[in-house]
Amino acid sequence: MSKEQMASEIPVAEKRGSWDQQAIMRPHAGKRVWGLGILVLLLGASAVFSVGVGAVAISPAELWAIVVRKLGWVSQVPFRDEQEVIFWFIRLPRICLGMLVGAGLAVAGALLQGLFRNPLADPMLIGISSGAMLAAVLTIVFNISLGAFGGYLASYTLAFAAFAGSCITTIIVYRISKADGEFKISTMLLVGIAINAFVMAMTGLITSLANDQQLRDLTFWSLGSLGGATWINVVTLLPFVLFTVLYATRLSKSLNLLALGENQALYLGVNISRLKKSCIVFATLAVGACVAMAGNIGFVALIIPHIIRKVFGPDHRIVLPGAAIGGAAILTSADAIARTLVAPSELPLGVITALMGAPVFIYILLSEHKRKI
Amino acid sequence: MIEAKGIYYSVRSRNLLEEVTVTLNPGRLVAIVGPNGAGKSTLLKILTRELVPAKGNVTLDGRAMAGYTYLELARRRAVLTQQNKLSLPFEVQEVVMMGRYPSHKNSPEEKDYEIVEECLRNVGMLSFAGRVFTTLSGGEQQRVQLAKSLAQIWGRENAFLFLDEPTNGLDLLHQYHALDIARQLADRGAGVVAVLHDLNMTLQYADEVLLMQKGRICISGAPAEVLTAGNIREVFGVPVQLVKLPGSEGNVIVPASRL
Repeated sequence: MSKEQMASEIPVAEKRGSWDQQAIMRPHAGKRVWGLGILVLLLGASAVFSVGVGAVAISPAELWAIVVRKLGWVSQVPFRDEQEVIFWFIRLPRICLGMLVGAGLAVAGALLQGLFRNPLADPMLIGISSGAMLAAVLTIVFNISLGAFGGYLASYTLAFAAFAGSCITTIIVYRISKADGEFKISTMLLVGIAINAFVMAMTGLITSLANDQQLRDLTFWSLGSLGGATWINVVTLLPFVLFTVLYATRLSKSLNLLALGENQALYLGVNISRLKKSCIVFATLAVGACVAMAGNIGFVALIIPHIIRKVFGPDHRIVLPGAAIGGAAILTSADAIARTLVAPSELPLGVITALMGAPVFIYILLSEHKRKI
Repeated sequence: MIEAKGIYYSVRSRNLLEEVTVTLNPGRLVAIVGPNGAGKSTLLKILTRELVPAKGNVTLDGRAMAGYTYLELARRRAVLTQQNKLSLPFEVQEVVMMGRYPSHKNSPEEKDYEIVEECLRNVGMLSFAGRVFTTLSGGEQQRVQLAKSLAQIWGRENAFLFLDEPTNGLDLLHQYHALDIARQLADRGAGVVAVLHDLNMTLQYADEVLLMQKGRICISGAPAEVLTAGNIREVFGVPVQLVKLPGSEGNVIVPASRL
């Protein structure tokens, strides 16, 4: 049936022409590109800011000179050798790690919020983070080390343990919620809460066995830090975050449809069970890897997607890439603050993200509330 | 054509459907009626492949329903359900555009925008296009959902539209209007299947009625043949009379206690 035919024969409740001025908007694809462009600029600005601050300051002009020298050009701006070394081996890997962790956490948060159809979902909720926590606690308190398998592995023991911990917990939560034959999202939330409680209790129990030094390690780790970032860290984390972000953006339309409910999404051509599985797998891989590298950084996964939705609307085609870029920008700035606020000492990164995040979150909740009335 | 043969479906050894056989042809409006718990919605879910029957088989154009991909099915049939909650604050036009998702790749084309506009105009919601869906009243939301379902099969040959109580929550004008749209779609060649509770509307709009009771289709056929006082009394347990409409061949169903 042709469009014209249908249009003429289906009864029309509103007279044709009377609303023609109110024809629907064609959001030109440019709008999305602009939005993401602004976020990228923001990310660039926070990176330059983060490079610049610290015990050894690097001005944007000096930064430019350092970068172009690597490319073989010469710039007029003078800089000291120590600035160059600090930039390439301390600041830049740390910033890259921050960007990856921020992007990974925020995209995982956006994926889970879309999947659970609940804006409060975050990796904490289904046990991804607490599983990593328990594994890390065990590793620290019982001095477990992978050093036996090769010297350099020793320093990565904690990362391996955290990653394994998050994957194992997610698998357990997933298995239990699937016990009924069909995998139900609501059951998964409840099982996640139960597992969380159990893991927290276990963590508390084991923590009481720790000595002073271990307690300090634990606290620092459980609040997150980008200290000790190396290029090896960055390269290890890169594929996890990159695959998650790229794959997540391919799920955008399906996640939009899921907002209509599981039935409706199914009727509109979404393979629901595959969507659920891939969301959980990718969120777990990204969060597990991020927590392994930087510890437990709260609030990023929860809040960044909220901010992006608030500014750009709920369409996942912008929320997912937007969360990745926004998360990277926010975490980079938060880390710059964390390492300069009480210099020469450092604050845990989780403290800064929570301090910045909580008021923003409450503001968003209040303004949502107002809009509904 | 959708054919379901010898369908059985049960949950925890309770049979919801027994030995159900249905043939749905394009160009016809089929109404499924019956008391609560008769298996109407379950049958609809079997016919749309939301549920897979325990026994029996369903085919679409002679090919097993199970062999179609999700996307292929989405391009052949749209389903309007009763429960329609939206978890994110999408605008009305974005919700209707979701009906076009199976038809375009990444970004909507001009044609998709035109269809969205046309469908919103059809249900009388075009002036609400920019409103946030979650702020609308229940009836308005239902009309937007109908527009979304229309957009999904707009311009497709031999498409099917399934409606689970499409008049739920609508005011009188829009109840008739929703059924007018369904009627016209069927006249244009689409197969329309609607679970209906209002037997008078069924008499006026349907080409064929499936009267269900306890998981079986007890009688099917033309509305006037199926919806007789005897059948209604037997299946619904309500004594009624059919009153001749002056100046037409149609009847109106009236409860006997009111006469």
